[in-house]
Amino acid sequence: MRELDLAGALPEPPLGALHARLADRADEAGLLDVAYRSLDTDVGSLLLAATPVGLVSVTFDGAAPDATLERLAIAISPRVLEAPKRLDDAARRLDDLIAGRARAFGGPLDLALARGFGRSVVERLREIPYGETRSYAQVAAAAGSPRAVRAVGSACRRNPLPIAVPCHRVVRSDGGLGQYVGGVEAKRRLLDVEAAQRRPAPATPAVE
Amino acid sequence: MTRAPFETIVALHGERVWRVCRALLDEVDADDAWSETFLAALEAYPRLAHHERVEGWLVTIAHRKAIDVLRRRERLVVGEVPDRPVAAATRDLDLARALSLLPARQREAVVLHHLGGLPFAEVAATLDSSADAARRASSDGVRRLRELMGAVDA
Repeated sequence: MRELDLAGALPEPPLGALHARLADRADEAGLLDVAYRSLDTDVGSLLLAATPVGLVSVTFDGAAPDATLERLAIAISPRVLEAPKRLDDAARRLDDLIAGRARAFGGPLDLALARGFGRSVVERLREIPYGETRSYAQVAAAAGSPRAVRAVGSACRRNPLPIAVPCHRVVRSDGGLGQYVGGVEAKRRLLDVEAAQRRPAPATPAVE
Repeated sequence: MTRAPFETIVALHGERVWRVCRALLDEVDADDAWSETFLAALEAYPRLAHHERVEGWLVTIAHRKAIDVLRRRERLVVGEVPDRPVAAATRDLDLARALSLLPARQREAVVLHHLGGLPFAEVAATLDSSADAARRASSDGVRRLRELMGAVDA
């Protein structure tokens, strides 16, 4: 009770401003091993994380990021801080991709979370041109393991950088969309946007 | 076991650390001490022993940073803390003002125990005294605070 009395006698701490300044100073001091922010987009609420090398993780859990942050703390470093400013550029690039204003991410990526076979699949995914698709079997062949079709599927699901590394461009040989880490609706939307950009612009702009 | 993301530590203990800083310092200095506390903690965090209580660790750093700021401000000889460090700057704050009127030992014991939440054994370790002495300093300090704050209210 006495503790409450004393604490209650102090004004409210300006935690938002304090936190923003801490993130800036940590960045200047080279202590921001993992910076993160959330980003609301047409394909869902994303969580973006970056190391000093570049964007390292994109996940579809921007609204409930705890599990991903714990995973990043273990896989990269526990020096994890929310630092939106550090991710402004990556956020703008992702927004442009999702809206069809850009054809490639274009910013620095850190592929540290893609290891082993997953890493070679990620490298092949980056080669699929904008607006095109490949089958899981084609990606498996390109990765040098034509029989590893299922493994390609699971490597796509574990792609640490969806949207920036276009795993949504991998579909089933029978024409089905296949699965997507962000849900099939998000995959359909990303592919539709890319297809629309490839078509010549209509002579008359659509009017509501 | 691995350490939680540092962001969690800031979210859980940011307010506690600020209370410790603000009770010992004026607003601008308290903000500085808060940043310095978490910056130092962030640097050392990956090496923190797993059995260490994070809140005790942070409060101890905060106390040290606050004392550093006081010393810089007052150009003190090491080992001395002024008895009235914040009186002029915080006339609007009954608690900070009353705290500033306590002897340094009592003030620090009260801040570490009642605002920082440290058990007396840890308060004693931070102040380099015995647990009994820390408990006594804290209870003397609280009694004096009550008189001072009662007098302010009246």
